[in-house]
Amino acid sequence: MKVMLFLSNVMIPLLIFCIVGYGILNKQNIYEEFIDGAKDGFSTVIGIMPTLIGLMVAVGILRASGFLEFFAGMFANLTEQIGFPSELLPLTVVKMFSSSAATGLLLDLYKEFGADSMLGKIASIMMSSTETIFYTMSVYFMTAKIKKSRFTLAGALIATLAGTAASVVLAGWM
Amino acid sequence: MNYLWAFMILTGIVYAAFHGTLPAITDAAIDSAKEAVTLCIAMTGVMSFWVGLMKIAENSGMIAGLSRKMEPLLRFLFPRLPKEHIANKYIATNMIANMFGLGWAATPAGLKAMEALEELNVEECAKRGRTKKRAPDIATDEMCTFLIVNISSLQLIPVNIIAYRGQYGSVNPAAIVGPALLATSCSTLAAIIFCKIKERFRRE
Repeated sequence: MKVMLFLSNVMIPLLIFCIVGYGILNKQNIYEEFIDGAKDGFSTVIGIMPTLIGLMVAVGILRASGFLEFFAGMFANLTEQIGFPSELLPLTVVKMFSSSAATGLLLDLYKEFGADSMLGKIASIMMSSTETIFYTMSVYFMTAKIKKSRFTLAGALIATLAGTAASVVLAGWM
Repeated sequence: MNYLWAFMILTGIVYAAFHGTLPAITDAAIDSAKEAVTLCIAMTGVMSFWVGLMKIAENSGMIAGLSRKMEPLLRFLFPRLPKEHIANKYIATNMIANMFGLGWAATPAGLKAMEALEELNVEECAKRGRTKKRAPDIATDEMCTFLIVNISSLQLIPVNIIAYRGQYGSVNPAAIVGPALLATSCSTLAAIIFCKIKERFRRE
């Protein structure tokens, strides 16, 4: 797993180096472009603030009530048998519908178990390796005026399953 | 979204009412709201930096150059898609943008790609007539493959997750980059294998 850790540590600096280097070699006005983009990024984050407040409050309420434990407990036997921690079940299900709601749950997991705990690691990798199925499908197919999506859902579910399984295995190796 | 949000709040309150945890609900609501703002402020730095970098990559032609390199992959994934069709360009842009986590650039290109694929579909329907599996409102193989690969997640570096981890006290927030890359490869590989099997199946 040393390779993986090395990759993790090296990838971001390397990418930054390449982008800045490529830009300067192409005689771009990179500093101004950077500031321009940073402004975009700034407004994007401020733009999602209301959404995040709404969702974190909802998740906070749901967790404080004890419902999440109840939900996870219901399926605990089933999921533990295949080696999947039941605490992550709500996250897995919600992620299929809404990425921002899943973010709320993810942060909640970090808070309760810690970002470097086993659960935190699995959740982090899981969130990075899957996309929101139903949201993506509805927006994309709506644009193309498609009503029958044929094998899209099956394929998307298989991909998500593969990503989730890989997350559990890989977090164990970390 | 509407229902999901309502479901979370209503279920939480009803469940709490039955289990005597109502006071905790009030605290949770106030604390969560506060925390969301703190988190956003912490996130702003990382995201601004990242988006700024990506702007450089975009303007220097790095992203356009990478899109052209996608050509062989597109031929493999969409063998029946006409080579010169505009859909190729949109799909390539969408995939590259997704790899770099540029959601705002990926979605418009992706939607354009779907429109272009639908135009092809309508043409095909007019030329070869409608069947049970071919009609303007039925997804084509290309659409299914494109969406499945898209949903399998292509993002190389999960910047936002790294930022969240940093905010929640991770010792090495970027430690997940390698594993995340492998997990994403697994899901994308599964997606491609599934699509290829479907394609083979249809031909027979």
